[in-house]
Amino acid sequence: MSSTPQLAPPRPPSGRAAMKKELPEHLKAYRHVWVFIEYEHGQIHPVSLELLGEGRKLADKLKVELAGVLMGTPGDDLLRASADCFEFGADVVYLVADPVLAHYRNEPFTRAMTEVVNTWKPEILLLGATTLGRDLAGSVATTLLTGLTADTTALAIDDERSLAATRPTFGGSLLCTIHTLNYRPQMATVRPRVMPMPERQPGRLGRLVEHPLHMAEDDFVTKVLQFMPDRDSQKAQLAFADIVVAGGLGLKSIENFQLVKRLAEVLGGEYGGSRPLAQKGWITADRQIGQTGKTIRPKLYIAAGISGAIQHRVGVEDADLIVAINSDPNAPIFDFAHIGIVADAVELLPVLTEAFRQRLALHYVPASCAAS
Amino acid sequence: MHIVVCIKQVPDSAQIRVHPVTNTIMRQGVPSIINPYDLFALEEALRLRDKVGGKVTVLSMGPPMAEDSLRKALAYGADRAVLLTDRHFAGSDTLATTYALAGAIRKIGETWGLPNLVFTGKQTIDGDTAQVGPGIAKRLNLNQLTYVARIASFDLKARAITVERRAEGGVQVLATRLPVLITMLEDSNEIRRGTMANALSAARAEIVKWSAEDAGISDLSHCGLRGSPTVVKKVFAPPARAEKAHQIPVTDRTWDEMAGDVIQAIFSRRPSIETDLIQRAEGF
Repeated sequence: MSSTPQLAPPRPPSGRAAMKKELPEHLKAYRHVWVFIEYEHGQIHPVSLELLGEGRKLADKLKVELAGVLMGTPGDDLLRASADCFEFGADVVYLVADPVLAHYRNEPFTRAMTEVVNTWKPEILLLGATTLGRDLAGSVATTLLTGLTADTTALAIDDERSLAATRPTFGGSLLCTIHTLNYRPQMATVRPRVMPMPERQPGRLGRLVEHPLHMAEDDFVTKVLQFMPDRDSQKAQLAFADIVVAGGLGLKSIENFQLVKRLAEVLGGEYGGSRPLAQKGWITADRQIGQTGKTIRPKLYIAAGISGAIQHRVGVEDADLIVAINSDPNAPIFDFAHIGIVADAVELLPVLTEAFRQRLALHYVPASCAAS
Repeated sequence: MHIVVCIKQVPDSAQIRVHPVTNTIMRQGVPSIINPYDLFALEEALRLRDKVGGKVTVLSMGPPMAEDSLRKALAYGADRAVLLTDRHFAGSDTLATTYALAGAIRKIGETWGLPNLVFTGKQTIDGDTAQVGPGIAKRLNLNQLTYVARIASFDLKARAITVERRAEGGVQVLATRLPVLITMLEDSNEIRRGTMANALSAARAEIVKWSAEDAGISDLSHCGLRGSPTVVKKVFAPPARAEKAHQIPVTDRTWDEMAGDVIQAIFSRRPSIETDLIQRAEGF
C-alpha cells in the first residue's frame, strides 16, 4: 500500500489562499466543458446524452467548446457512438480506443480518463451518477486531487465563470450550492433523468481527437469474468413510466402499501415508494423514488402518504402532473404538487382505485369483441 | 487475515426536521446511528473473518461522541475499534476525508499488520456521495470493488478474490487480487445479533483514539476545511411553486365524491391522460 497517486497536477495554494477569487495561473489553462460518455455493450447510456444537453448550455454560457470523452474497444460501433455525440451537441469527441477498455473496469478507465484530462485540461467534467459513473468519478477526482460534487440536481455558471453545483443536503431536507474554488477540473455527477434529453440534430458534425493509450492487458490485475444482464421482467421500468403511483410512511403498514400497487395496476402504471419504505424493506431498492433512488418524469404522479422532503421532491418534480394525498395539511409535498387532497390515503386509495376502474370499465372491450 | 471496516456515525435522517420558519436543521434530539449501509460492510467482514480467521478493525472519523457507534460495532463482534478524532478534520469534504482515513488505515497497518481487505458501505445516508470508498482505494492503491452484492470466492493464500458487483443493467463478475477495497451493496446480507458476551466486553472495551498526529498525519493542509477543494456557498430551502396546489375540498364530502373530484381534476388539467387511459382500456 504505497501512498499518493500518479499524474497529479501541481497543488494549488491551500488554506486561506484557497478562498481567493483569482484562479492561479496554471489553472487558467483549464478550458472547455467535458462529458464522460458512458458506453457499454455497444450503447451510450442515456444519461450521457442528457449531460451533453446540459453541458451544451454551460459551454455556451462560458463561450467554450463542449466535448465528449468516449472510451471503448476499437471498431465501427465506437465510431458510430462518436457520431451520436456530435448529433447530441458535442463539438469535440476525445476517443480512447483500446482493447483494455472493452468492459468497464475501474483501473484502466481511471488511468485513461486522468491521462486525457491532464493532456487537454477541461475546466468542467460531468459524469452520470450511475454505478459506473460513481465508481469512476471518485477515483478520477482523487487521482487529480480536485473537487467532486455528487448527484447534482442543477448546474449553473456564476459571475466568476465557476460551476455552481446544487444538490440536496442534510439527508435531503435542504439544498446546497457547491463550488470548487482553486482546483480544476470542477467535477460533478448527475443522476439519470434529472436533466431533459436534448433533441438529436441529424447530420451535425464535430472534431474527432484520438488519444492513443499505451497500456497492455497485463498491466491490470482485475479481470471481468462474466456479465449477467438483468432479465427485463425483473426490472422496474419506473424511470420511463407514464404513470407512477407511490406510497410513503403515511400508509402506516406494508399491508396498506398494497393499495398503491392496486391503483398503479388499474392505471397501467408503475409503483414505487419513498426512501423510508426502501429502508424498511417494503419496496426493493429499484423502486425507491427520490434523490438516492430513481428520478422520474411521468405524465401523472400520485403520491400517497408521502410528506415530500427535498430528497423526494428532486426525484419527482419534473412530472407533468403531481397529485398529493396526505393527511397533514402542512406536509411540504403540497408546496410542489399541482393537485392536493388533505385526506388519509389509506381511506381514499381504495375508493379512488374503484372509481378509476369503473370509469375505464366503460371503455373496456372484451377480447372476443375486439377480435371480430 | 486483517480486515478494516470504515463506518460513519450519522444522524438518523428519518428523524431530521427543518424548522418551518428559519429553514434551519433542527438537530436537537435527533438520535445518532451507524450509517445503515455500513452495517452490510461490517457483517460481510465479520463473516469472512469467521470463515478464514483473523481480526476485524473498525475505523471511524468523527467527533468524540462517535465512540458510541464504534462500541456498537464491537458489540456486533468486531475485534478492535479506532476513532480518528481531531478538530483539524472538521469541515472535511470527501477528498479531505479520504486523505485522513487513508492515513489512519496506513497507521493501523503499521500497528496491527497490513489489512488484506478494507470495507465501506456503498454510501452514507447524510452525504450520499459514494465517493469516500473509491477515494480511499485510490490513495492506498487497493484494487477497487464497488457495489459488491456477493463475494463468490476468496483464497487468502493465493491472494485471489472473485465478486459479483451491481453494474448498469446487470451483474458483473470480477476477479482480482488482494489487497482490495470493497463497498458493499445494501441487502447483501443481514447484520447479526451481537452475542451477550460481545455486548459486555464492548461496554468495557478501550476505543483507540487517535489525533491527526497520533495517526501519523503530519500535513494538515490536506485536512478539514483547508484540504477541501469544494466549498458550500449557500444552503437553502427550495421555493414553493408560484402556483399553489389545487386543493380538493374534503369537508362534508363522502370518500366517493372526493375520489370523483380527484379524477375530474386530473382529467380536466391533462386531458391527454384520460385519452391515454381510455386507449389502453380499449386496447385490451
